[in-house]
Amino acid sequence: MTKVYGRGPSAVHALRGVDLDLYPGEFVVMLGPSGSGKSTLLNILGGLDVPTSGSVHYRDHNLTDNSDTALTRYRREHVGFVFQFYNLIPSLTARENVELVTDIARDPMPALDALDLVRLRPRADHFPSQLSGGEQQRVAIARAIAKRPEVLLCDEPTGALDAETGIAVLEAIARINEELATTACIITHNAVIAQMADRVIRLSNGQIAGVERNTHRVAASELAW
Amino acid sequence: MKRRALTTKLIRDLLHLRAPLIAIAIVMACGVGGLVMTRTTSESLRASLDAYYDRYRFADLFLSLKRAPEAIRPEIAAVPGVAQIETRVSIGVTLDVPGVIEPAVGRIISIPDDRQPSLHRLFLRNGRLPDPDRHGEVVVSEAFAEALGIGPGDTIDAVINGTRETLRITATALSPEFVYAIQPGGFVPDDKRFAVFWMPHRQLAPLYDMEGAFNDLIVKLSPGAREQAVIDGIDALLDPYGGTGAYARDEQISHLFISDELAQLRTMGTVMPSVFLFVSALLVNIVLARLIRTQREQIAVLRSFGYTRLQIGSHYLAMAVVVAVVGALLGLVFGAVLGKFMLALYVKFYRFPIVLFEFGASAAAVAIAATTAAAVLGAIHAVAGAMRLPPAEAMRPEPPGRYHASFIDRIGLLRRLSPSTKMFLRHVERRPLRAMVSIVGMSLSISILTMGTYVSDAIDYLIEYQFVSTQRYDLSLGFTEPRAGASVFEVAALPGVIDAEPYRAVPVRIHHNHLSERQSIIGVQRGATLERIIDDRGEPIVVPPTGLVLTESLASQLKAGPGDTVTVEVLEGQRPVVECRVEALARTYIGSAAYMSIDALHGVMREGDVASGVHLTFDSAETAPLYRRIKDTPQIASTTVKRASLDSFEETLAESILIMRSFNLAFACVIAVGVVYNSTRIALAERARELATLRVLGLYKGEIAAIFYGELALLMLMAIPIGLTCGYYFALTMSALMSTETHRIPFMLTPQTMAFALAVVLAAAIVTALDTRRQLDDLDLIAVLKDAS
Ligand SMILES: Nc1ncnc2c1ncn2[C@@H]1O[C@H](COP(=O)(O)OP(=O)(O)OP(=O)(O)O)[C@@H](O)[C@H]1O
Ligand SMILES: [Mg+2]
Repeated sequence: MTKVYGRGPSAVHALRGVDLDLYPGEFVVMLGPSGSGKSTLLNILGGLDVPTSGSVHYRDHNLTDNSDTALTRYRREHVGFVFQFYNLIPSLTARENVELVTDIARDPMPALDALDLVRLRPRADHFPSQLSGGEQQRVAIARAIAKRPEVLLCDEPTGALDAETGIAVLEAIARINEELATTACIITHNAVIAQMADRVIRLSNGQIAGVERNTHRVAASELAW
Repeated sequence: MKRRALTTKLIRDLLHLRAPLIAIAIVMACGVGGLVMTRTTSESLRASLDAYYDRYRFADLFLSLKRAPEAIRPEIAAVPGVAQIETRVSIGVTLDVPGVIEPAVGRIISIPDDRQPSLHRLFLRNGRLPDPDRHGEVVVSEAFAEALGIGPGDTIDAVINGTRETLRITATALSPEFVYAIQPGGFVPDDKRFAVFWMPHRQLAPLYDMEGAFNDLIVKLSPGAREQAVIDGIDALLDPYGGTGAYARDEQISHLFISDELAQLRTMGTVMPSVFLFVSALLVNIVLARLIRTQREQIAVLRSFGYTRLQIGSHYLAMAVVVAVVGALLGLVFGAVLGKFMLALYVKFYRFPIVLFEFGASAAAVAIAATTAAAVLGAIHAVAGAMRLPPAEAMRPEPPGRYHASFIDRIGLLRRLSPSTKMFLRHVERRPLRAMVSIVGMSLSISILTMGTYVSDAIDYLIEYQFVSTQRYDLSLGFTEPRAGASVFEVAALPGVIDAEPYRAVPVRIHHNHLSERQSIIGVQRGATLERIIDDRGEPIVVPPTGLVLTESLASQLKAGPGDTVTVEVLEGQRPVVECRVEALARTYIGSAAYMSIDALHGVMREGDVASGVHLTFDSAETAPLYRRIKDTPQIASTTVKRASLDSFEETLAESILIMRSFNLAFACVIAVGVVYNSTRIALAERARELATLRVLGLYKGEIAAIFYGELALLMLMAIPIGLTCGYYFALTMSALMSTETHRIPFMLTPQTMAFALAVVLAAAIVTALDTRRQLDDLDLIAVLKDAS
């Protein structure tokens, strides 16, 4: 698929022919220089955006020529998002932020269990403003996984965190990936994180510049940067 | 370089925020415009009146009497404090106006033979003064001439003292005595049926047996004269000649009406627009403050780059000032144009030789200062708030809300609610100010709409009260002199008359403690049905066998109530002075009076069965013959045709009040719509990020719309009772402030008015919802993840 922003001379070719398969239960890390199209690709995978040409399929759904309602249903039922800027709702506690998703999901886990997975159960009744950045990011992960998503998409989940907190967040993601057999796709600028992945995809200038398969996955706790 | 970028930001922001900013400017314009319009109207009228009185020598004291010899003039002139006097003959005549089937009446006033009078000079619109040697030449009042389309050279027939005379018009004129020209006993001008003529004394006096005598006196006081002393001096001189008591301008009919109207206009024109101005200033403040607060991260970022407080402050102040200037200028133009229009409307029934246009400059200055201050304060407040933030906050896209577990959490009330409901309740609970601002805005909208609308209910009620409940006659005739009771039978025998009831009206001065009022006591028959007296509960009052019934307005002027005894000094006949008990109070909205049983009044006057006039109902099929007979009847000073007074009431007073109301209402609507629109737009701006996040998490468009509009709907629901309650008190206050001696505006709040206010606000909400729904649907889900604002 391709993605072009704008048109005419000022058009930006964010994705120039990307062909990619993601498999169930796979842990994928996406690397690439700034502006290479990582976020664009992730947003399309998550049903937040549609490609300019080409098509995207999720199982038997075609995400390309779908209406906004269908895309919303896809996000609602199958996708968990984690954003660089957490995007928690400040007026809701950690638990309620998670409930935001469990309330509308088909087969969610209890909100407290989700918080357990990110080791934040004791902070369930705290508001985002009472949590550190890393804790907020873990709440965001709990929110993303609580619906038992088939797909977990994370855009620079550790971008704003120190190493220790970053590792705690990555651990949480890895656990979900293992315990729920969720397909996880993580964007990062931190090449070290790539050691955790089954597959590492390198993007450059809107194209896939290379795919590596790790023979040995390193546990998050063993990473250091 | 830096400044250039910031200026670019200013222009981009202004363009980007144009919809809410234009809405703010329009709200301001309505506040400013409303105030300027009404003040321009009332100040122009006031200035025109003052100039007119001054140039055309409007008198200070007035007196009518039976007949006094001219020889007494030097004695009157010698009363200390008298600067100038004019003695006149003034008589009531019945007119036969071609083409007008209803009987009309006129007043002929003498003028000096060869010159303009020294007081109450005439402004000749055209023609010349009458030749004192030519029989029947007169100057006619312009309003009457215009209504009939007659002018110099035309003639009109009048029955003067029983004789039919033909009056030849030499000029049309205006007099400061008749700025507001109404028939005796009337309260609205009916130009076709009331004429004033001026005739040289030499010609008029013989017609009424007044050679070398006068029955009307007007007096100009010397500067610094003590009014009451002069009145006492003149009364002492002229009481023996049947003087009915000298009175000052505040009891002169035309002046009384116009000054009451001016007072009312000033109230209506100050209170309501001031409320508008206040509301709009408040809203501008709030809205601008919130608008700027949505840019707090930008402010913090700029600060972290090293922009000074001053630079940032002036950047946002510039935004506020641009909006304020645009709003104020729009308002001034609006106000001046509409003021001119209103003025034109008023001078249709207040007659001035020249109308001075006095721009309500002081009001405009106040209005501009208020709105600009509101805008600037709103901006400063918001900018200061944003600058208190440490710039570091800019690094975090969303300022973390300071949410804590609260009371309602602790009692577990929220447990079972859906997260979106919790979100809303938390918003309200933890940012009560924001929720309150929306509620205040919407409830003020509802209340100013209520205040703007209720006046028309009040006028409808007043018309119903005046013309249906109390005045139940079709026609009322006032005699020039009291006549024997038998004349009622003559009237009853006229063609088509169904019912006829006599009444007696006696000029009196009523004293209570140190207060006194010149009034008429109306004597009515105990079983009278054609003119009913009604109490404050709407129940008819049967006049007591003895004692007085006072209108509430008169009672409050005299500070007298039921059970009090007042002193009645009769100013006619043998001028008896008696003590009377106040038995009850009557409610009237137009005029004030004292009522007494006609028999008791005869007793007081020590007179037989006489009547000052008669109220009658008649069969409308016989209208033409009846009116023809009345036109030939001499000694009729006034003919009040209910249909005609109702029509002219609706055309004049009611119209001007209702037009004023329409403008006010339009302003109220715009303000209300502006408020609802703006608070919704801003709520959306504030919540966009959160709502987009919810969309990303998988909520449908419909679901976030339900959250967003649900909140607004709930806030509106809370605003409704507050708004209606405030509206009730606004209207009540307006009614109280607008009552004057001649008329009061009833307080009357109908469900329709309330429904209307709600409907406007609701319509505004719906339109806004439709407008913002597009934005809500087009929320940029990706952008919201990338950055904060
Ligand atoms: N809305 C947009 N309009 C125009 N161009 C855009 C838009 N969004 C992204 N782009 C461009 O598309 C290209 C890819 O952007 P994308 O956000 O996918 O990069 P990225 O790989 O995520 O970079 P980073 O690591 O900096 O986040 C960039 O050149 C960017 O400028
Ligand atoms: Mg990116």
